[in-house]
Amino acid sequence: FPFTAIPLDFDISSPLTYGTPSSRVEGTPRSGVRGTPVRQRPDLGSVHKARQVDLHSDGVAEDVVATEQSLGQKLVIWGTDVNVASCKEKFQRFLQRFIDPLAKEDEDIGLDLNEPRYMQRLEEINMVGEPFLNVNCDHLRSFDENLYRQLICYPQEVIPTFDMAANEIFFDRYPDSILEHQIQVRPYNALKTRNMRSLNPEDIDQLITISGMVIRSSQLIPEMQEAFFKCQVCAFTTRVEIDRGRIAEPSVCKNCNTTHSMALIHNRSMFSDKQMIKLQESPEDMPAGQTPHTVALFAHNDLVDKVQPGDRVNVTGIYRAVPIRVNPRVSNVKSVYKTHIDVIHYRKTDSKRLHGVDEETEQKMFTEERVGILKELSKKADIYDRLSSALAPSIYEHEDIKKGILLQLFGGSRKDFTQTGRGNFRAEVNILLCGDPGTSKSQLLQYVYNLVPRGQYTSGKGSSAVGLTAYVMKDPETRQLVLQTGALVLSDNGICCIDEFDKMNESTRSVLHEVMEQQTLSIAKAGIICQLNARTSILAAANPIESQWNPKKTTIENIQLPHTLLSRFDLIFLMLDPRDEAYDRRLARHLVSLYYQSEEKMEEEYMDMAVLRDYIAYARSYINPRLSEEASQALIEAYVDMRKIGSGRGMVSAYPRQLESLIRLAEAHAKVRFSEKVETIDVEEAKRLHREALKQSATDPRTGIVDISILTTGMSATARKRKEELAQALRKLIQSKGKTPALKYQQLFDDLRAQSDTAVTKEMFEEALRALADDDFLTVTGKTVRLL
Amino acid sequence: AQNVPNSDWEKKVTEYFKEKLKENNATNWVPSLNDVPVHYLKPNSLVKFRCMVQDMFDPEFYMGVYETVDPNTNARVLHFGKYRDVAECGPQQAIDLNSSQTVTLERQTFYCVPVPGESAWVKEISFFASQARVSPSTSYTPSRHKRSYEEDEDMDLHPSKQKEQHMGSGGDIHGCVEPKRLETEASAGHHLISPNCSPPLDLNFPLPGEKGPACLVKVYESWDSFKVNDVLEVYGILSVDPVLSIVNTEERDNSALDPMECMDTAEEQRVHSPPASLVPRIHVILAQKLQHINPLLPACLNEEESKTFVSNFMSELSPVRAELLGFLTHALLGDSLAAEYLILHLISTVYARRDVLPLGKFTVNLSGCPRNSIFTEHIYRIIQQLVPASYRLQMTIENMNHSRFIPHKDYAANRLVSGVLQLASNTSLVVDETQLEQGQLDTTGVHNVTALGNLITWQKVDYDFNYHQMEFPCNINVLITSEGRSLLPSDCQVHLQPQIIPPNMEEYMNSLLTAVLPSVLNKFRIYLSLLRLLDYSISDEVTKAVEEDFVEMRKNDPESITADDLHRTLLVARFLSLSAGQTTLSRERWLRAKQLEALRKVRLQQQKCVNGNEL
Repeated sequence: FPFTAIPLDFDISSPLTYGTPSSRVEGTPRSGVRGTPVRQRPDLGSVHKARQVDLHSDGVAEDVVATEQSLGQKLVIWGTDVNVASCKEKFQRFLQRFIDPLAKEDEDIGLDLNEPRYMQRLEEINMVGEPFLNVNCDHLRSFDENLYRQLICYPQEVIPTFDMAANEIFFDRYPDSILEHQIQVRPYNALKTRNMRSLNPEDIDQLITISGMVIRSSQLIPEMQEAFFKCQVCAFTTRVEIDRGRIAEPSVCKNCNTTHSMALIHNRSMFSDKQMIKLQESPEDMPAGQTPHTVALFAHNDLVDKVQPGDRVNVTGIYRAVPIRVNPRVSNVKSVYKTHIDVIHYRKTDSKRLHGVDEETEQKMFTEERVGILKELSKKADIYDRLSSALAPSIYEHEDIKKGILLQLFGGSRKDFTQTGRGNFRAEVNILLCGDPGTSKSQLLQYVYNLVPRGQYTSGKGSSAVGLTAYVMKDPETRQLVLQTGALVLSDNGICCIDEFDKMNESTRSVLHEVMEQQTLSIAKAGIICQLNARTSILAAANPIESQWNPKKTTIENIQLPHTLLSRFDLIFLMLDPRDEAYDRRLARHLVSLYYQSEEKMEEEYMDMAVLRDYIAYARSYINPRLSEEASQALIEAYVDMRKIGSGRGMVSAYPRQLESLIRLAEAHAKVRFSEKVETIDVEEAKRLHREALKQSATDPRTGIVDISILTTGMSATARKRKEELAQALRKLIQSKGKTPALKYQQLFDDLRAQSDTAVTKEMFEEALRALADDDFLTVTGKTVRLL
Repeated sequence: AQNVPNSDWEKKVTEYFKEKLKENNATNWVPSLNDVPVHYLKPNSLVKFRCMVQDMFDPEFYMGVYETVDPNTNARVLHFGKYRDVAECGPQQAIDLNSSQTVTLERQTFYCVPVPGESAWVKEISFFASQARVSPSTSYTPSRHKRSYEEDEDMDLHPSKQKEQHMGSGGDIHGCVEPKRLETEASAGHHLISPNCSPPLDLNFPLPGEKGPACLVKVYESWDSFKVNDVLEVYGILSVDPVLSIVNTEERDNSALDPMECMDTAEEQRVHSPPASLVPRIHVILAQKLQHINPLLPACLNEEESKTFVSNFMSELSPVRAELLGFLTHALLGDSLAAEYLILHLISTVYARRDVLPLGKFTVNLSGCPRNSIFTEHIYRIIQQLVPASYRLQMTIENMNHSRFIPHKDYAANRLVSGVLQLASNTSLVVDETQLEQGQLDTTGVHNVTALGNLITWQKVDYDFNYHQMEFPCNINVLITSEGRSLLPSDCQVHLQPQIIPPNMEEYMNSLLTAVLPSVLNKFRIYLSLLRLLDYSISDEVTKAVEEDFVEMRKNDPESITADDLHRTLLVARFLSLSAGQTTLSRERWLRAKQLEALRKVRLQQQKCVNGNEL
């Protein structure tokens, strides 16, 4: 109770009115403009009455707009061109009439777009009882340019006027409404400044909006608004309001004229909450090679503790510069001002980050001009090739791999099947690159990581399951458990690049199973059980187990990764050293040119990285292609064809997962063209790329046939067949030996080899033995084989 | 945020100083903060400072023009506030904070430290010629002046003597404690034990054991052109007004009472406005980025006079190269191939970046160094004598787990806490892996090793901003000395094959350094710094030949020749040409580069055979 910030319209010291806050409010209903208490606005900094100047006698504000003079109202606030009455009237007109022509349905749920927007907001206030009216400055600007200018330039004077206007309308409409205090108007989205770096002395005392990241917040500071003094002699009491941050203690009691008898009564003084917050420039706004700037914010009353360190926020407030106090003993002072922003409005930009796609951050501000350039680009027939060659130009060739990665960057369309119980459908494309060491896999990963805004780069060797997912930490100060997120969660809506995928240990890899199909991450640790979104594309690189890729082995055998994981990759590419002369020649030319070509020449040849980045960002946020009828047909055909190929030889060559991959790739390709529809050409390219990748990774080295089961079950169908045949042959051989309880291991091996027409290796023999042992036909103990 | 109305007089000030400093060696007359202790310098005098931008603080708003008023006579006077920290006014005057005449302007503060790892010889030579010693301040005692003069001369003539001093200081060879610096320290130490009894202020030097003043450099124009880790030479007005410190302490005392002052934590206060005697302020009039800090070279190579200097030096390049090769061969115990590669390494520099790929870095891993011997230490000492800035990183488990490699942001104090890897361009980093024992790396250790790996591969350091990381490109020459192949990546591994085993390594190395004439040593220094700055190209003809060659090599031996080999050979060819003063690749050089590579590979093969499964 002592720290209440609400000035009450009755004497709290009286025992008659003393009670719990809730009962008090209900007990004494008050309504109407007169009844609802005014709450001081420390965010506007001033509690003084604004001085008004008569224009006729004083020429201070010479730039007063002519229309105002014609209205016959000459009074303006001193030092400004703001006329309270006309300003109020204009704002009321704005509230009553403004209909947002650009409003989008999804932005404001429950608002009728054809009715005045802010009147509906007032109605909301009446129902909910939160006495704050947020006003988008952009709306105000489109309605009345001059009023907007006044708001930006003289917020300290204009906002109280807005408050008055809003309250008049409100209590006019809802005279019986009960609010905690009068409505306060909170403008936001002042277009004046967006970047902390562009703040300059001219912005002082103006309304600005900047974005940044909260890095530190102080504890709550109770700031005295009104001091309560009591005379120690005659118990006379008096109140003193704060003036420019100071309270003037009365030296003489007015009642009994005793000097220095007044004592401060803390319990009955009035305080408001205040908090100091440090805001740091967001990393995107920073020029390369410089450190981020910071700015201090002061939050007041209910804006205290609204943001936490780490939050990305848009702050609207008044920029202040305070001279460092003159020291009474030293005549010289520091000539530096301290600057801060009095916060009027916060808008978190990433509050929804873990829950849904955040439009605000995702939609990078594209200027019309930029959008034009991008659209122009998208119309080019060879845009797909153009973009893929712009991707990591320093890496030579590997066109299909670059195309695959390009499609991964664009991603498929997001579909939601939650209603039908299937949950989210994965839209992200996962890619695995395997191949010889030194084929610039890492470089490709590094490039992608640098290209995308929300990319993470980890190495399989250095990361643990904890580092990838999330971990629970005890905050040393508060003893509070904190969930710290790892690379996978951090790259939500981005790409997680994992180098040395094969070096990752088993338990770490296991968390990827969930992420790569369900796109979520479940955590059950230290009493925290939760499921985080991790809608991340995975771009992984793996080296063969032997130092070089063995072309005689299958992909699985070469990289020794479980097939359950491999089947979750849409595309698996091999990056091998092609040994052919023409390639070598081109490679050499490419490398040499890399080493001496001038920077400018390189830039001419390839698309700028920034353009590429914008192109991808634009497509990701605005283009959401759907399958056309023909495309669906083409996809069905493609899938049936894939199934058919294998059925002739008695093996399955395609699974629904492959179909899903095809759809995703086709959608991504449509996005590359900025097309809202997936058409046959998209499907064609998806098919081609998918086939190309399969050809590389799923060809059975023994038969030369593409066999999807290598990736889905870890073994080619022919290999499995051969294994079974050998086991049968062995069984026959043993049975033919008659009733012998035990056989010599080596003897049996030699016999089998002599009998078989193909070469039988020791591994194959052992595998056959194991298969028979599984059938409870025999057991192997040391060097003898016993029949059961 | 840079629309500072640069009125005419302000422009004239910079012009005037620019002209004045051009006149006959005027720069030498300006006392340098790198050389002269702060308390010998007159406040508000012109000083210069050669430094690296370690951190950038927030821009500050100051009173560009302010008005004072005499309460008795009501006389008003306008003052200029530029180039000062304190708004001055007479004893009978007060500043009118509400005056309409007040003009608020903006300036930027950089936290600057002396170039990390700067070799002792750079300092000696820079300030040997400096006439500024002739007492710029009345308190600068002539007797001290004489003594340090003698010392400098002494050291110049006998570099070995200086070495002994280094060895004397507890084996810590980076902490080159000059006698005259001791005094600065003493005075600094005095301030540190202030009545507040707060812990001593960390001056935030990137490397442990660094000395020298840190400075708050206030920049008035085009501060956007400067970046973190840039090496600057600034000329400006020294401000050490004690008021700065007083205001500081007063504020701290008041902070409990006045909510306005709670804006910054005490920690931040300490860091952002440290006592001026410890961290002086310089108000910059002229600032220029330095391409290099070698005092033997003209500061800017594009000017006319420097062109003649360059061409003169280039004409006598080959004997210098031969001598340097000989010198390094001796230093590497008679291994001329390793010496050849060491030269290539020392003149390498990142000259361009193709998307993420830095071009021109040439990290050499010198394997086969004897374990636990003072050999690596001496190699570093020799490199220290040759390059302007260097640091020896001892890769022990202890060091990896406990040192700060990656700079990180301390949000409580609102500053970038430096780390070992925050180095200026072209610093030589000698990583000594022979010190590494088996053991457990903890999280910090793993991060440090990863950071070191990233530095070598991508020439960038990801600074830790707690909520996110930020990438800072760098250009650091890394030389790794190890017993077997290093665990860190490298561009090129050279296995050392000593021809001579000196019975007493210490003596051998010392005599090697004493034997080199100072003038010859200086030539080596010019050679290494100069060649880094040259341009280079490859003609179409040679391109063709290289292509042919590569195709041919692949044909003969497709297993062992990869794109990486071509990369490396092209690099070797580049530096080989440059080291001979040629700016284009010739066919002979290309063949020589291939030959060197072949020799190097044969050695590695042999090594593999000897050690069986090593590698």
